[in-house]
This record gives sequence, C-alpha cells and structure tokens, in this order.
Amino acid sequence: MRSYVTGFAVSLVLTLVAFGLVLGYTQGSLDVSKGLLILSIVVLAALQLGVQLVYFLHLGQESKPHFNLISFLFMLLVLVVIIAGSLWIMANLDYNMMHNPNIEKEIIHDEGY
Amino acid sequence: MFGRLTFEALPHDPIVLGGAISMGVVGIIVIALLFYLKRWKWLYKEWLTSLDPKKIGVMYIIVAVLMLLRGAADAGMMRVQQALSSGEASGFLASDHFQQIFTAHGTIMIFFVAMGLMFGLINLVLPLQIGSRDVAFPFLNSVSFWLFVAGMMLVNTALVIGEFAAAGWLAYPPLSGIEYSPGVGVDYWIWALQIAGIGSLLSGINFLVTILKMRAPGMTLMRMPVFTWTVMGSMILVIFAFPILTATLAMLSIDRTLGMHFFTSDFGGNPMMYINLIWAWGHPEVYILILPAFGVFSEVVATFSRKPLFGYKSMVWAIAAITFLSYIVWLHHFFTMGAGGNVNAFFGIMTMIIAIPTGVKVFNWLFTMYQGRIRFTSPMIWFLGFVVTFTLGGMTGVLLAVPAIDFQVHNSLFLVAHFHNMVIGGVVFGYMAGITYWFPKIFGFKLHEQLGKYAAYCWMIGFLVAFVPLYILGFMGATRRLDHYEASTGWQGLFVVAGLGVAIIGLGIVLQITQFIVSIRQRKQNLDTTGDPWNGRTLEWSVPSPAPFYNFATLPAINSRDAFWKTKFYKKSHEKPAYTSFKLPKNSPFGLMIAGFAFAAGFGIVWHIWWLAALALVGAITCFIIRSLDEEPEYTVSASEIAKLDAGTRS
Amino acid sequence: MKYIEDSKTTLGFWIYLMTDCVLFASLFATFAVLRNNTFGGPGGNELFSLPFVLLETLILLISSFVCGLAVVSARKQQKDRVIRLLVATVVLGLMFIGLEINEFRELAAEGNDWQRSAFLSSFFTLVGTHGLHICLGLLWASFLIVRLSTSKLTGTTVKRLFLFSLFWHFLDIVWIFIFTIVYLMGALS
Repeated sequence: MRSYVTGFAVSLVLTLVAFGLVLGYTQGSLDVSKGLLILSIVVLAALQLGVQLVYFLHLGQESKPHFNLISFLFMLLVLVVIIAGSLWIMANLDYNMMHNPNIEKEIIHDEGY
Repeated sequence: MFGRLTFEALPHDPIVLGGAISMGVVGIIVIALLFYLKRWKWLYKEWLTSLDPKKIGVMYIIVAVLMLLRGAADAGMMRVQQALSSGEASGFLASDHFQQIFTAHGTIMIFFVAMGLMFGLINLVLPLQIGSRDVAFPFLNSVSFWLFVAGMMLVNTALVIGEFAAAGWLAYPPLSGIEYSPGVGVDYWIWALQIAGIGSLLSGINFLVTILKMRAPGMTLMRMPVFTWTVMGSMILVIFAFPILTATLAMLSIDRTLGMHFFTSDFGGNPMMYINLIWAWGHPEVYILILPAFGVFSEVVATFSRKPLFGYKSMVWAIAAITFLSYIVWLHHFFTMGAGGNVNAFFGIMTMIIAIPTGVKVFNWLFTMYQGRIRFTSPMIWFLGFVVTFTLGGMTGVLLAVPAIDFQVHNSLFLVAHFHNMVIGGVVFGYMAGITYWFPKIFGFKLHEQLGKYAAYCWMIGFLVAFVPLYILGFMGATRRLDHYEASTGWQGLFVVAGLGVAIIGLGIVLQITQFIVSIRQRKQNLDTTGDPWNGRTLEWSVPSPAPFYNFATLPAINSRDAFWKTKFYKKSHEKPAYTSFKLPKNSPFGLMIAGFAFAAGFGIVWHIWWLAALALVGAITCFIIRSLDEEPEYTVSASEIAKLDAGTRS
Repeated sequence: MKYIEDSKTTLGFWIYLMTDCVLFASLFATFAVLRNNTFGGPGGNELFSLPFVLLETLILLISSFVCGLAVVSARKQQKDRVIRLLVATVVLGLMFIGLEINEFRELAAEGNDWQRSAFLSSFFTLVGTHGLHICLGLLWASFLIVRLSTSKLTGTTVKRLFLFSLFWHFLDIVWIFIFTIVYLMGALS
C-alpha cells in the first residue's frame, strides 16, 4: 500500500516539475538553454519510469532468478538500439548529397581532407 | 456490400488458373477422402482441436511441406523463365506475373516453410528435451498454429481471388504504397504476414516461458541440451524483433488504406525509414531461422559421433553472442542507401564479428567428430552437406560485409546466391536432418535411410549446380529479379545450368516424397521398439516411440548434461516408479475458430468489405472471452491410469 | 501472493508487455525520425496545448494509482472495495479517452488530420495506438468488474486483476514518454 502512495506522490511531483519547466520556458519566465531544458525533462521522465517500475510494477522484487528484471533490461537494450540506431542511420543518409549544407565540413572532419 | 471484390478477381491468366485449379482439385480430393473414410470426427478430435504440441508440431510440418511445394514451383518457373528469356525470346511469363512469382516465392519460403518447419520441430522436441509434459500455454500454442494457417490461407487465396503482391518479399515503398500498387496484392501480403506474425510472436513468448519455467527438476540452464539453448536464443530474437514487423506492416497498411504519409514520397514521408525498420526486424529473422538448425546439428553430430558435444560452454556463449549481435547488424542490408563511411563501417564490422561465434560452432562440431566413431546416417549426411555449403555461404557473407565490396554486388545474383546458400545450406538442411532424426520419436518407425541419403545428395549437388552459376552471374553484373536480359551479356548458358540445378533439387524433393510413402508402407520393418533408435543422449529418447500423449509417466530427475546418456550406465532399477496424477489440457476448438475469424478479417480488410472485417474481429474477441470463462480447461490423469498406460508401453 | 508473481502466466504476460514496448519503440523511432516533416504545415509547438496534456496526464496517473489500490484490496479479499476502485479506474480512463478523442477531432476539424503530413501521421499513430491500448484495457476492466459483481473473488480472478494492473501501469509508463517526447519536446521545437 505504502509503495503505491509513495510512487504516486513522487510521480506527481516529477510530472508537475516537467510541465512547469516547459511552460515556464515557453512563457519566457525561465532563463535556461533549450538543451539543458530538454536534458532535464528527459531525466525527469527516466526518473518517473524508475519510480513507476519499482513502486507500481514491483520490478526486481520477484523471486530469483529475476526473469522479469532481466527481460526488461534486455528490452531496454533493444529499444535503445532501435531508436538511437534509427536516428543515427536516418540522419546520416544524406551524407554524400550536395544539399547537405555541412557536407564539406563533415567530410573534412571524417576523412581528413 | 462486397467492397472492391468483383468477379474480375477470379484468375484469367492460364498459368494462374492452372495453379488455382490444381489447389482446388487437391482440396476436393482431401475432403472427398475424409467423407469416404468417415474420418471427420477423428480429424476434429485428434488433430484440429488438439492442444498436444506433438500433434501441433506434425501439423506445422505438413503445412510447411505443402508450402515448400508451392515455393519450389515458383522457383522452377523463375529458372525456366530466366533460362529462356534472352535477347529476342521473352520466356513464357509476363513481367507482372514474374514479379508476383518472385514475391510469392520469397514470402512463402521464409514465412511459411522455414518458420513452419522451425516451429513444428520445436513443438515436437522441446517439451520432451526438457522433461516436460507440455508447453507453458497450450491453448496459445494452438492459436499460434491456426493463425499461421490463416496467414497461409490468405497467401493461397490471393492466387485464386485477386492477385498477390508484386513488390518483392519485403514490399519496399514507394512501390508498395497505394500510388504504385493500388490493387489488392500488397494488402494480401500485409495481412497474411500480420496474422502469421502474431502467431509467431505468441509462440516466442510461449516457448521462452516453457524453457524458463518448465524444465524437469535438476535441469539447470547449463544442463539443457544445446538444441534447447538455440531455441531459447531464437525465441528471444522472435520476442524482440517481431513487434518491429508488426509496427512497420501496420504503418504501411495505414499509408495505403487511411492515406497516411509514413513512407510516401511526398507530404514529408520517408520510404527509407521503412527499409530501416523492416531490416531491423529482417536481420534478427534470419537468425531466428538458423539458430534452431544449428541446434539440430549439435544433437545430430554428438549422437552420430558417439561423443559428447565438444565445447558445451563455448556453444552456449556462441548462441548468446549471436542472439545479441543479431540486433546490431541490420544496416548491412542497405549499405548502398546513402549512409556515410562511419555508419557503414560500424555495421560492416559488427557483421564480420557475428561470423566469429558461428565459426566457433562449426569448429566445435568438427572437434566433436574428431576421434569419434562416426555413423553416416542420413542426418549426418545432411550435416556434412551443411558444413561445406554453409561455410561457403558464410564466407561470401563476410565478403558482402565489406561495404566497398557490397557496393559492387548489392542486389545482384551474387547476393541472391549468398542468401540461398545460407537458407538452403543452413536452414533447410538443418530442418531436414531434424525431421529425419526425430521422426521415429513421433511416429514409432524410422524413415527409409537409403532414399533419404539419395535425396540429401540431390539437394547438395542440385544446390551447387543451381547457385554457383548465380555467384558467377552476380560478379558478371547480373541483377536480381530480371525477367529478361540482352543476349550480348552472354549470361544464358549459366542460367541454363542453374535451371538444371533446380531440376536436381526437384528430383531430391521427389525422392523425399517417395521416401515418405515407402517408409509408411515398410514401417513394420523399421519399427523403433526401444524408443532410442539412434543411441541418443538427451531426454526425448528416454520415452517410448511414438511418444505417449503425456510424454513422461514420471517426471525425470536430472543431475547432469546429456541426462539420458548417463542413465544408460546405471543398473536398471526394478522398483515400480512412484506415479502421481497430473493435469493435461482438454481439446479446444477456439484456436481454429479464432484463426477462422482472423482470416475473414484479413480478407475483409484486403477487399474493403468493412462489415466483414468488423464482425470477424468481434467474433475473434468473443471466442477469446468465451475461452477465458472456461472454468475447467484441463483434465486429470490419475496415478492408477498412468501406471496402467506406462505398463502398457513397456511391454 | 508470491505465487501469482512467480507463476508462468505472470512471466508470460510480462514478456508480452516487453514486446509491446518494442512495438511502441518502433513507433517512437518513426515519430522521432519524422518529427520535423511537417510538409509546410504546423508543428508541435503550434498544435499542442500543454495545460490540456497536463490534465490528461494527471487523470491517467491517478487512474494508475487507483488501479494499484484495487490490487492491494484484492490481496486483502475486500471484494466490494476492489469493485469500487476498478470502477474509478475505468471512469478516469474514459475521461482520458474522451479528452484525447476531443483533441483529435479538433485537430482534424482544423485540417490537421493524419493525411496532412508525415509528422501528423506519426503523431496520430503513436498517440492513437496508446489510446487503442487504453480502450482495450477499459474493455478488460469492464469484464473484470462484471465478473467480480457476479461471483466470488477467486484465485483466478485475483490473478487476472493483477495482470490487468500490470497492463494498466505499463500504459501509464508509455504515456510518460509520450508526454515528454511528443508534447513537451514538441512544444519546444
């Protein structure tokens, strides 16, 4: 019981903070760089993920050998590979095309000349 | 009322009409036989509603073999077309028909032959190997099989009503989008795969939970047979790869039906994202197919070398490495799509690395054979054919893994030869060996050995004669999927040789069918009376043949690897075993019914018969709900009953 | 109740949830790749109302919490309390769906439907798939409520309620990433 109340309270705070930060920024009352803001909300989301996994889904509290936890971690790995991999690949597909404004810089950086 | 379905959808092309009529004739003959022999009730009770994985496994293999015949017919037609269609001649197939044929060939072979043989063997063997009486979710197992059949039926219906896709077995957009493929073909393809794909995903979950939770007492993970380890790796791949296919097919389908713009060439769509996603699924898929085949060979080589498998721990490591690495190589299927050097190099290197654990496995099999006392049975012949051809194909794979080389041969016949090398030399040879090896366990008699060997030789020689010319043609610049080429290329001779190769493979198939018929007629001479016809090492050989419906009268206690082998050296205990009662699942018609509704829903969506699709969906969900309300899905086998049955099988 | 957590069915259902995560990952990857492909049309910063999304988020969060309380009551065999808490879960879920359908309708009415651009196709599909899962969950919960109202609180029913709660919590977790990546980052683009 306590687990759910704690989980709910912390999730609520994390949610309100995330929205508060973005609303503050878009209304001009928050003076941070956009990059830092994005990092913050991603971290807040990851924290809320952790909170809900532990306090609502009781991850890691099943008996050994913790198949739930292992399958979750492997899923996370595959998920990161698919999302990060897709973003990296798709952004790179115009590497050799002239309409890429940075093409000369990129080639010199990557290939040295 | 019937959406876009009209009488125009029936076949007009004579070849298609011929194919449709032959399917219809076979269907009518089967139905007539069932009436004549009065076997409807038997079919329904013993097979269609059975939740016994051994029965489900046999049905998977039967469907897969039937689809192999269709896929092989497609292959034969392609070879003949390409052997004839040089210069002035234009072969016998219209371009559009040729495109449907190569699309159907690939789709059928991967999704319905290879996956079917794989899931069939797993159903037959896995519970027995781990000392279990059933899989974790027997009803779901039935649903998976019947969804597989529903997908298969959609592909075959496309031959008779409408047309099939003509965009290749992976249906790249924009060609597969609504603008360039406005007909029903791609929709048939999408829904056949979606439905069969859900079946596969459910099986993945089912078999993984079975391995994790239903091993006999004392069978730790490191005491499992290697075939079981490969199934585990393969199912992990199924679980985390198939949802990508589901999502991607769904996006293609809503692009086509709802006017969305994921993969269109305008409105901001990006067709390359489809290729990225479909291969993120597609690469794990090929490892899904090959891993259990490797597992079969691990069992076969150890048994017929009369030695424990060499390097158990490194085999397990290799399986884990292959499973993990499968997820980070997928870009090698589209090196030429425009990525820069860094991206291509990363995936190229990862692709080369994945060859290492595979090499470890090959060396372990060879080291198992070294100083063993080898018996050259037909499964062993399949293995030897595999070692030679798969190694060749693997080497061409490492060659292709170099982006600079791939730029020269991507989408040429060199690529086609490479992947057929892997699928035929690896997957097909592996599952043929597995079927031969485990046949006596399921049916109680061995297959005719000599015919099996002749068939294997035909497949091996036929494969080389069919595909080595394709490697050469690829280097000469021949692209894939060509239905015609200039005479000045000089390619025709090699295409004719390739056609001869396919004829030899065809002879191999004929020999296998003959083997089957002869084996059934001569079964009394080849009976497996002991349950252990090959002097095997693993648990499935400890039960009588054919394996009883309950698998094990008493669950075995395990204290080592090769659990059965060790027990052969103990003194036979003359105590009566301690029988206890246990539960088994009752039969259920709902697997069949849910799949029937799934087929109807798929058909409805393809032809835009929305009321049919909606009703069918409601029907499927209703079946599921009714099933979940069943309070007593199992029946008990009492201790005295099992004692009697067990005594009966021993005598 | 360890026997429920340790059962085959729970592990099987958990693994199914992991596959659903990969499904959503594919949709998220597509959304991320196509996020700027608005084809000259409006992007996230023009279309989304953050206070509205906050309301949706809080409703779903409370619903997830209430569902957890239902499981706690089920372990204590408090059947009537379980029914009340499940009904509350469903009502909150319906409110969430109602708000979401409203949002979709408004967008479509302005001409910003899913045919307008790749960005909007991915938005509607990602958020819509989540919404479809919510609808299926509501259907499931309704069946549980009917079952509970008409018969005893058996072990099977407690297990099914537990599995439903796993599903419902998982949907709230997916929503965390939808509101962060689609709406919050969208507002900043």
